[in-house]
This record gives sequence, structure tokens and C-alpha cells, in this order.
Amino acid sequence: MYVAVKGGERAIEHAHRLLAAERRGDPEVPELSLAQIEQQLGLAVDRVMTEGSLYDRELAALAVKQARGDLIEAIFLLRAYRTTLPRLGASQPLDTDRMVVERRISAIFKDLPGGQILGPTFDYTHRLLDFDLAGARAGEPAPPATVGEVADAPEALPRVVDLLDREGLIERESPGDGTGQVGDLTRGPLTFPAGRDIRLQNLARGDEGFLLAMGYATQRGYGRNHPFAGEIRVGEVTVELAPEELGFAVEIAAIAVTECQMVNQFKGSATAPPQFTRGYGLVFGGAERKAMAMALVDRALRCRELGEEPSSPTQDEEFVLSHSDNVEASGFVQHLKLPHYVDFQSELVLVRDLRAGQGGSSPR
Amino acid sequence: MSYNFAYLDEQTKRMIRRAILKAVAVPGYQVPFGSREMPLSYGWGTGGVQVTASVIGPADVLKVIDQGADDTTNAVSIRHFFARTTGVATTTCTEDATLIQTRHRIPETPLRPGQIVVFQVPIPEPLRWLEPREVETRKMHALEEYGVMYVRLYEDITRHGRVAQTYEYPVIVNGRYLMRPSPIPKFDNPKLDRCPALLLFGAGREKRIYAVPPWTTVKSLDFDDHPFEVEHWDRPCGLCGARGVFLDELIVDDKGGRLFICSDTDYCSRRQADHPGQAGHP
Repeated sequence: MYVAVKGGERAIEHAHRLLAAERRGDPEVPELSLAQIEQQLGLAVDRVMTEGSLYDRELAALAVKQARGDLIEAIFLLRAYRTTLPRLGASQPLDTDRMVVERRISAIFKDLPGGQILGPTFDYTHRLLDFDLAGARAGEPAPPATVGEVADAPEALPRVVDLLDREGLIERESPGDGTGQVGDLTRGPLTFPAGRDIRLQNLARGDEGFLLAMGYATQRGYGRNHPFAGEIRVGEVTVELAPEELGFAVEIAAIAVTECQMVNQFKGSATAPPQFTRGYGLVFGGAERKAMAMALVDRALRCRELGEEPSSPTQDEEFVLSHSDNVEASGFVQHLKLPHYVDFQSELVLVRDLRAGQGGSSPR
Repeated sequence: MSYNFAYLDEQTKRMIRRAILKAVAVPGYQVPFGSREMPLSYGWGTGGVQVTASVIGPADVLKVIDQGADDTTNAVSIRHFFARTTGVATTTCTEDATLIQTRHRIPETPLRPGQIVVFQVPIPEPLRWLEPREVETRKMHALEEYGVMYVRLYEDITRHGRVAQTYEYPVIVNGRYLMRPSPIPKFDNPKLDRCPALLLFGAGREKRIYAVPPWTTVKSLDFDDHPFEVEHWDRPCGLCGARGVFLDELIVDDKGGRLFICSDTDYCSRRQADHPGQAGHP
């Protein structure tokens, strides 16, 4: 029994083999290809890329496959790969004005330049299980998608917040410290107070479920900030890099992103006229729910900067930013599985002594 | 494609070594560092692994223990990781090791000068259960404001007649910084004091490194009328007969039968080899 308690090399080896077999499942069933995952489980791939902080659809699909569909495990796999990659530089800020838009909606204007573009959304589907997907017709191609009159999409779609900005109705976005330097949580420790760059990076990497709950809590009064979905746009943007030795920017990639601009409660003072405020969310791919939650939480965490008295955990920077990361959280929660029998033995010794001191029974 | 020696790239190692140097220069002070994401889970020793990876060299002899044992699954896994990524010699023998990574214990065999012990730390902040905010606890350390910890220990005494802290028992390092000695049992606290080896503590998820340089004083907090004391067992090890060592308790049948054995497997197995027939009779 002594050996059984202390695991050992063979146990680990066997566990790994068993895991591989479980992952594969019944060998009679054809194996999933990465292309199938990337194409048909695209939103899972998007989430893994977003929270894994690495834009690579194929690697994310591989991670989803290897993790048996456990997306947090897949995010962990992608992060552990990412950490080995060299950092070549920082891109120019993404210009989402010039996004090739697939979806663009605003909840605050009925119509606006560029129009409302619904795009491929679950929003108005009836959540009825589609048994056609399960049955004999499952192999048939989907009906061809028809695109409406937006075929000649404009060169650039102005952002709704910029339209408000022209009238001075919304606060100006501060352009940063002018150095173009942004912090990087994956290179340096999180310290408080965190700048907005670090906060947004933290939230973009943060767990979707955690942010969803935090964002939801703000709507229910825990740090309420009266949000309107000013604009959500989904589509492709180009990534530009300006190498020092070159002196100008070159396009290095086109990536799919979802951007959410929340327009929040206005504020004014004796000297400044009332203005709406902003919350911002940006994620890879089509993780729209996450982008919206992120924008709500970003706005909640701006409370001090905007002179609001923080009254709830959703406005508490340390609380939110320290607990948003699902790879950290998952690890620390699950490390309770590791042996703790030394510390527990110490507790046993103490509890028995205390009970003996009180005349309680102490089985030996 | 192959990984660098000890997995981490040299830039990262340099960054971690700088943090270690600072930690050694200010004993007990928690130095923030750019902890990397490692290929093992947070909570499994990512901090310890990064510290080990930064100080290990080809000539080192590595020992890895968890709960005092060389053969627990996580110790095996981490030892494999370094054997694979560095090719260094590994050992279970405490005397032979130049570098020992540990979770939750300090070996029973006395450490010697020149050795480095790397502790895996889950929560580095000793004041964390008293003040959850990092902004506040950093201030408290800066001002050496440790009264709350004494109050907490005093509350134990009023409630239980003694301090009821059994592991991660708080210590003052070099007369200055309050330190959480990773979750080792308080039984091991006296081994920290004026230890001939360099003690390094790595917390990966919390992104902190701290250190106790060789021969530094480490005092477990106590009161004049309630001096610090360690746990003791009223029986010897059931396998090697050792007394005055930390014992694990095994439940051996469904009638409450128990076996108490050394948690330090290297110490225990070598004693059994050296003195056969010494087993204690529980």
C-alpha cells in the first residue's frame, strides 16, 4: 500500500497513454481533421485564439483537438506554445475604421453612414435543434449565402463613437502617452494601479465566463454604468508593422476581430459640459459576447479615472484583473489535487492535540 | 525544433536571475518578475521550475521532491522535465544534490554550503489572509507594519491556548521582512534559520521571487510566554525507526489502523539500508 500512495513514473506513463486513447475515442469513428475543427468549430477556435493571445487558426484547432474540446485546456496549450516565441516588435494600432466589415450594428441609431449589417448572427435564430444537421441530410452543403445590397461596401465605415465625438458628445479617447509603448503582461508582472493598456490586455486574455458574469453584474447594479451598445463590428483588419530600419509600415497580416464600443452614462461638472463615456472591447474572431462583456468591465474599471466612487467588486481593479485569467485560475483551483499530506498531517497533529486538551476523544 | 537548455530562452533566464540577485540582496523581500507561461499547470510549481531553469548548469546534480518524497507524481514529472531539457544528472540523495527543488518540505538530511534549494510557492504574501489587496500589503511591508500578524497569532492563543498555525508559519527574515516560508510545515521552520544553503522561493502565478541567503537569521514569530514550538510524534518511523523527523500517516486498513513513516523517502530508505531491523513498532 505504501507504493500505491506514492505514484511514480509508470503511473504517469500509463495515464498519458490512456488519455491519448480516450481522446481518439472509438477508432471506428473517423478522426477529426484540423481543417474540420477550424471550419466547423470556428467559434471555439476564435475563443482559444483570443484567450490564448495567439492568432493562428491552425494551432488553435490543434489545441482544441488535443484538449478533447476542453477550451480552457486548449487555451493553456496555445499559451504554453506562445511563450516560447520571440517578440519581433509591436504592430501599428489596428485601424478598425478600415475594417472589411462582415457585421456591423449600432443599437443607438436607427440608421447611420454605412448602414446596419446583420451578418452571420445567432441573434434572431429560434433555438430549435436542427435535426437536419444530425440526420441523413447532414452531408449536404448549406444553401448558398446571399449577401444583400451592401455589395459595394464603402472604403471606410466611420465609427459611431467618432460621429458622437464630432459633436463633442462623447469623451475624447486619450491617445496614450505618445511614446507608442504599450505594456505587456506576458513579459512583466501585473502591478497596480494598472494602466488602461494593461487592463485591456488582461481583459482580452481573460476568461469569457468570468467577464460575462462581471459584465452582467454591472447591469444588475453592482457598479452600474448605463451602457448602450454604441457599435459592434466584426470583420477583417490589416496588421501593419513599421520596422525601425525600414521607416515605414508594411502589411504583415489580415486578422478577423470583433470590436465593441459601449457608450455609457454621461458625466459633467461645473466646468465641463456633460459627455458620454466609453468602454472598449476587442477580441479575435467572432467572440462577440466576450467583446461586449469586456467593454462593460472596462468601463466599470474606469470608475476612479472618471471620479466615481467604487462600490462593487466589478469596479475593483485588483479583484477583477487578478482573477480574470482562466489558465491561472484553473491551475490554482486544480492544484488542490496535488498531494498535501504533509500540511494535512500538521493539521491532524494540531486538531488531535486540541481535542485531547478539551477532553475529546482522539483515536490513535 | 529543439528547446533551449532548461527550456527557457537566455533573455528570460537573465531577467529571472536579475530578480534572484535582488531577492538575495534584500532577504525576504518579494521581487516581482515577468513570470512566463510554462508547459506545466499553474499550481504545479511553475515558479520553482522557472527559478531552477534559470540557475541550473550542466554540472549540477538535481533532486526534486514533493511532500518530502522523490517518487510522488509531480516530483517525478518535474525531474523528467529537467532531465529532458538539460540532460543534467539527477539524484534522490540529498547530500549528492547541488540543486534541490521542493514542494512543502525541507529534507531531514542537513543541507550544506553550496547547495541551492528552490521552493515552489503558491501564495507568497504572508499578509494575504489578513489583507487581500496587493497595494495594501506592499505598503505594510514597506512600513514594516506587521502588528496585524501578531494580533492574529494572539487571537489563536486566546481561542485555542496556542498558535494554531501549522504550516506556512510566518517568519521574520534578517530582522526585517515578514516572509511566508512556502507551505512547509512549521516543523521545518527551524531548518531555515542560518541555513548553510541558498534558499530561493519562486511563485509563478503570483509572479514573485524571494530568497534567504546562506547563514541568514530566520525567526518564527512567537511571544515570550508562548515560544515557537514544532509538532512531534510519540512514536518513531514505522519503516526506519527514526525519531524527531516529520512523519506521514497512512491509513492501512478499514479498522483505523495507521502506519507512521518518514515523509523524507531518501532519508528513510538510506536509514533502512544502513540500519536494517530498526523499524519502529507502532
